[in-house]
Amino acid sequence: MIEFSQVTRSFQVGDQTVSALRHIDLSIAAGDYVSLMGPSGSGKSTLLNLIGLLDRPSSGTYKLDGDDVTTLNDEQQARVRSQKIGFVFQSFHLVPRLSAAMNIELPLILAGIPPQERKQRVASLLENYGLNDRADHRPDQLSGGQRQRVAIARATSMNPAVLLADEPTGNLDQATGREVIKLLEQLTEQNVTLIMVTHDPAIGGRARRQLHMVDGQIISQTDSAVRDRK
Amino acid sequence: MRFIDVVQFASTSLGGSRARTLLMILAMSIGVAAVVVLTALGEGARRYVVNQFSSLGSNLVLVFPGRSETAGIGPGMLLGQIPRELSLDDAQALLRSRAVSRIAPLTIGSSLISKDARNREVIVLGSTAALLEVRHMSLGQGQFLPAGDVHSTESVCVLGAKINRELFGQESGTGQWVRLGDRRFRVIGVMTRQGESMGFNTDEIVIVPVASAHLLFNTSGLFRILVEAKSREAIAQAKKDSEAILFARHNGEKDVTVVTQDAVLATFDRILRALTLAVGGIAAISLAVAGILIMNVMLIAVSQRVQEIGLLKALGAPAGQIRLLFFTEAVLLSAIGSLVGLTLGEAGVWVIARIYPSLPVAAPWWAVLAAISTSLGTGILFSVWPARRAARLDPVAALSGR
Repeated sequence: MIEFSQVTRSFQVGDQTVSALRHIDLSIAAGDYVSLMGPSGSGKSTLLNLIGLLDRPSSGTYKLDGDDVTTLNDEQQARVRSQKIGFVFQSFHLVPRLSAAMNIELPLILAGIPPQERKQRVASLLENYGLNDRADHRPDQLSGGQRQRVAIARATSMNPAVLLADEPTGNLDQATGREVIKLLEQLTEQNVTLIMVTHDPAIGGRARRQLHMVDGQIISQTDSAVRDRK
Repeated sequence: MRFIDVVQFASTSLGGSRARTLLMILAMSIGVAAVVVLTALGEGARRYVVNQFSSLGSNLVLVFPGRSETAGIGPGMLLGQIPRELSLDDAQALLRSRAVSRIAPLTIGSSLISKDARNREVIVLGSTAALLEVRHMSLGQGQFLPAGDVHSTESVCVLGAKINRELFGQESGTGQWVRLGDRRFRVIGVMTRQGESMGFNTDEIVIVPVASAHLLFNTSGLFRILVEAKSREAIAQAKKDSEAILFARHNGEKDVTVVTQDAVLATFDRILRALTLAVGGIAAISLAVAGILIMNVMLIAVSQRVQEIGLLKALGAPAGQIRLLFFTEAVLLSAIGSLVGLTLGEAGVWVIARIYPSLPVAAPWWAVLAAISTSLGTGILFSVWPARRAARLDPVAALSGR
């Protein structure tokens, strides 16, 4: 599904070149549940952005579903993002002037899906995420947990194969955070590949596959394929 | 992305920041309204003058004594002579031209008119029966000047509507006698109320036979001769014939000026059209300013919505789509602005038309078109840069609000 070979990403800071990622080799299978952990500045988010095609590697190749996506132009990458990748952010990134339903509908609108089909999909997403009575509320009228549920509903509205979550519980209290994690984990059961960046070992530890990063390198992997997730 | 969704999304972002949107629309609409109102005024002035001229009569050629174009000093001037005056016979001679249908000689003076104890100063017009048709005047009661010998000094007069009211009240003065200067005249008719034309109020004049006017003012020269050509096409011929006839009668001396009404009209037309254009152009500058304002506002919108742009990119919107969204927003702004401005402008024109009913104000279609296309044009032009800037943002940096 996702294959990184010798991927490097470096930034120019002043006259210094800072390597955020060094020679990453990584392969993630479809339906996998991966957590990325490590101290800040270790390159977790950079790796996530590269997977999400928001950023381009300085060198190396990235294959998504067997296709080399590093050589695609911006427009083609945008299409891949639209069709295959969903994002969940720490700060939700909901459009403040749009209602919950409209926020969920946004990727469908951008993809040019006909209105009738959009309405159906949004209705079932609102139902699934228990947001029926919040459909017409604007983000500032929603609680943190509700906002993140809206964001997850939006991320899954195009039925992406890969879901990328960058500290999805970072702005939530523990109880709400757990709920959100459960929602995300339910998605992995539907063969969605979930990749989650987190600081919290308790959350990261729930993943089937845990990657620990330091200084732009993956230093260790823990596989806990057989693990009771409740 | 479907077109209707693009428009809808752009409208939600306009609705999202109401104050900004309203101020922008205000700026745009003031520009458009200014163009509409100012050109309507200019155009109104032009039409006013044109109407005034055509109310003087149609297919007219005007003959004045003296020659204004003469350069240098003629021998007559050294001897203290004034230009030879136009005589009644000169006027009658013009009828010899086949291009001329009617002529009306004109003498003007002012005199005291009195009836019993009432009196006032009036402008006295000396002319012939033809004046009524040549000048497109209309008679209210009684008769106009009698046709026949132009040299006859009949003591009859026709009163302007206001003069009649002042001397005779609600009754008609027809058949009564009035005193003009040192002579008595019998009132044979009263003009209808016509109001002012070319600064000359026909309601406050008294018309007498031209020969009687000459007696009254002790002169023999004409103020001017109104020559009506047979048709529009005959105007040029009438002018040429008039010049030829009068030069011949004045021993070849070119001491009269003959102008066509059209020539005078065309000059006014040109001047006032230029004025309208200039005023409209100045107003259009305010539209350009509004365009720059739109650019400014859109640039602010881009920097305020950096995170949203990052999000749109993450959700799979290609650069072109983001450009289109911001572009549509600017176009919507200027379109609404022009519509509001047009409405305001037309309302302004309506109000002006109420206040000055005699001024035929109306925005010319070309000005309306120019105002709308300038506002749309500047809106579109000045949104290109902000839209490109939005589309070029780096999604990672944009999402983190940097």
